[in-house]
Amino acid sequence: MALPQIGSFALLLALGLAAYSFVVGAFALIQGGPGSDHLSETARRAGIAVFGTVLLASVVLVTAAFTDNFSVAYIYHHSNRDLPGPYKFAVLWSGQEGSLLFWSLILASYAFVLRLRYKTDPKLFAYASVVIAAVQVFFLLLLNIAAHPFAILEGAIPPDGSGLNPLLQYPEMVIHPPMLYLGYVGFTIPFAFALGALIMRYPGEKWIHITRRWTMVTWGFLTVGIFLGAHWAYSVLGWGGYWGWDPVENASLMPWLTGTAFLHSVMMQEKRGMLKTWNMWLIFSTFWLAILGTFLTRSGIISSVHAFAQSSIGQWFGWFLVLTLATFAGFYIANKSHLRSEHKLESIISRESSFLFNNLLFVVACFVVLWGTWFPKISELVQGNKVTVGAPFYNNVAIPVALFLLLLTALGPLLAWRRTSFESLKRNFQWPAAGALAIGVLMMVLGVRPWKDVAYFYSLMAAMLAALVIFTVISEFVRGGKVISRHTGFGLFGSMVHLWHRNTRRYGGYIVHFGVAVVIIGILGTPFNREVEKEMGFGDKMNLGPYTLVCQSYTQDDNPNYSNEWAIINVLKGNEQITTMYPERRLYKASSQPQTIPRIYPTYAQDLFLVNDLYIVYEGRNEDTGRPIIKAHLNPMVPWIWTGLIIMIFGTITALVPNAAALPARVPVRVQTAPAVGAGD
Amino acid sequence: MRLKKNPLMYRAAQMLLVVVALFTFMGVGDEDARFNDLGHHLMCVCGCSQILLECNHVGCMLSDRMRGELMEALNRGDNDDLALQSFIQKYGTTVVAAPSTSGFGRVAWIMPFVALFAGLASVVFIVRAWRNRPAPALADGIQPIKGAELERYRDQADKETDL
Repeated sequence: MALPQIGSFALLLALGLAAYSFVVGAFALIQGGPGSDHLSETARRAGIAVFGTVLLASVVLVTAAFTDNFSVAYIYHHSNRDLPGPYKFAVLWSGQEGSLLFWSLILASYAFVLRLRYKTDPKLFAYASVVIAAVQVFFLLLLNIAAHPFAILEGAIPPDGSGLNPLLQYPEMVIHPPMLYLGYVGFTIPFAFALGALIMRYPGEKWIHITRRWTMVTWGFLTVGIFLGAHWAYSVLGWGGYWGWDPVENASLMPWLTGTAFLHSVMMQEKRGMLKTWNMWLIFSTFWLAILGTFLTRSGIISSVHAFAQSSIGQWFGWFLVLTLATFAGFYIANKSHLRSEHKLESIISRESSFLFNNLLFVVACFVVLWGTWFPKISELVQGNKVTVGAPFYNNVAIPVALFLLLLTALGPLLAWRRTSFESLKRNFQWPAAGALAIGVLMMVLGVRPWKDVAYFYSLMAAMLAALVIFTVISEFVRGGKVISRHTGFGLFGSMVHLWHRNTRRYGGYIVHFGVAVVIIGILGTPFNREVEKEMGFGDKMNLGPYTLVCQSYTQDDNPNYSNEWAIINVLKGNEQITTMYPERRLYKASSQPQTIPRIYPTYAQDLFLVNDLYIVYEGRNEDTGRPIIKAHLNPMVPWIWTGLIIMIFGTITALVPNAAALPARVPVRVQTAPAVGAGD
Repeated sequence: MRLKKNPLMYRAAQMLLVVVALFTFMGVGDEDARFNDLGHHLMCVCGCSQILLECNHVGCMLSDRMRGELMEALNRGDNDDLALQSFIQKYGTTVVAAPSTSGFGRVAWIMPFVALFAGLASVVFIVRAWRNRPAPALADGIQPIKGAELERYRDQADKETDL
């Protein structure tokens, strides 16, 4: 049997198994009774088998790419003989059909793990398994009917393929989509548990405990995926920026915002039995927005530089969105009495109210992005003409919301559950606030004039609030560390490590907050970006800030995949040469598409903290003069963004570590002598 | 009210206002800044979906021409609105990078703030409702909690205070 037939058969079998898992699993749950356990078990096993069949289909597609099997239309359109190996692997997610198969593979992998761990709570897992099977049926229907990855090319088999889009031939593109998909798809799991718990009117918050790690891991993947996308845009697209508020970028941001809100609000339910209804809708919205993002990418309904070709599968996603909304709303209405809160809010100055405002701001931020993304379509429907909703809109509307969020990020950890006294808040807040004010004054001394431009005002506010977050996190670690040090006799650093280990989620979360603040510091350099462009012959010079760029030479090369040309630019600061950069321009042979490869030099050696990215693009040759054109950007603070991401990921990983037991106290200590440390996650 | 009773404070507030206004309007009319500002409020219409001053296509026939037209408009003394209008007339409404602040475009700007204030009102309502919930009744003859129940409360306290 040929590869395409094996792949097609595997997909068909996967659909049959997923349908069985859904129908029989649901029937067993509805029927109940003694015989239903056996039926439910067969449904679980069928669900496990879906993983095997989807994996087989994926392996077949990758094998077809590596063996240059251009009889498969998908391989012909997205690969070519001279494509390097890693990109042949990336062909799996480089086009519409393959990426849907990849989506199904990730979902099947998550579901595989879930179905193996069913003994934790067989009934709840059975409900979640049925919900996931329903989602699997949808994606496998798409793959079997509307977007078949093993469709055979009509006519004679061509000798070579059309090649992979040059923009995707970059190392990060081998990692970015899988990370993003792991994030998107992963939210299906907490959603499935939430819906399962809602349907079975599950008592208590166990579903939240079960899904906590799923949610954090998923959130971590989505975060990495978004940042890798930003880094890819920065490193490949050559316009000197990393975020363009493109609808597809927005599509990834929306579930991230609601997912982040959910990560915070579940603590209210765990600790205080509050926000049960809200959490249900929040995790549903996160799942729904992930599907909406896919709908945006695939339907062509909203124009985007990232979008796949317009196709009929947009309608499939549209109907799936309607169906999931109706299903969830129906079960919610039928079971909402089960979701009443148990507790009373004792004080407005409390962790509970800070979470309420935090959730409000995340959801409003999500609404702003959703609204901005859809407004061109709404405008077209209402007044017949499209408008553009680009960076100026988001900068004016989303930044104030983000600043308030940053303020809450700083304040939240200082508030205790139930009630915080004003004195305690003042005591804990004064040093971080003084530090933030000092940063603000320092920035103004260094020349930031907030009255000159609103962008400078935002930068100043963001810097102060980011500093406030950082100082708050440090003070929380130091204060808690001192308490443990006093009780155990350990050194301060060791005590802080133990403090983290005692409550990894809380202190891991603080490390994530620290990372967010560092990312913000990286972003606030944007208004100070500078750029110059010049036609540069041999020996020509161009000044940019304190740097002088000297064109030393140009050279060319050729390989089976592309021909290229690059400039050799010496970079001087004063009279000292600090580096040589090689901005490049390629022409991919299979697709005949050009591609610029900017070169980036972070100036750590020159300015460790106020670091700049020197970003040089070889734009090609002037058609009239034949002279090469070099564009250079000086982007302050950008490296902080990537550093912040690393800190965020480190924080997420540390938050996943199981808690340690408390160390024995050196001397007996009366409970009331312990200081009123922030308390709670 | 308090300011008017204290002339010195009143005068100081007036001076502060003047200083703020002075700094606010410093630099207005700087041609390069206006070019940069307007250029970032316009889109390149070659299909790249990029801000005009960020379009990086070599040989893009439109972005260079559009930049020239913008500079020309500023040189002939057009104010910002006039310059933008001339671009809209020539290239259509999608040339502006953000919805206008008049007509239906205003809805784009207002809705996020409507959502924010509606959300704030909802949170305030929820907070009030939760605060007004009746507390568990405490009768005079409350018995002290012991044993497993006390342990449960201690666990809860540990959970909520961490240290």
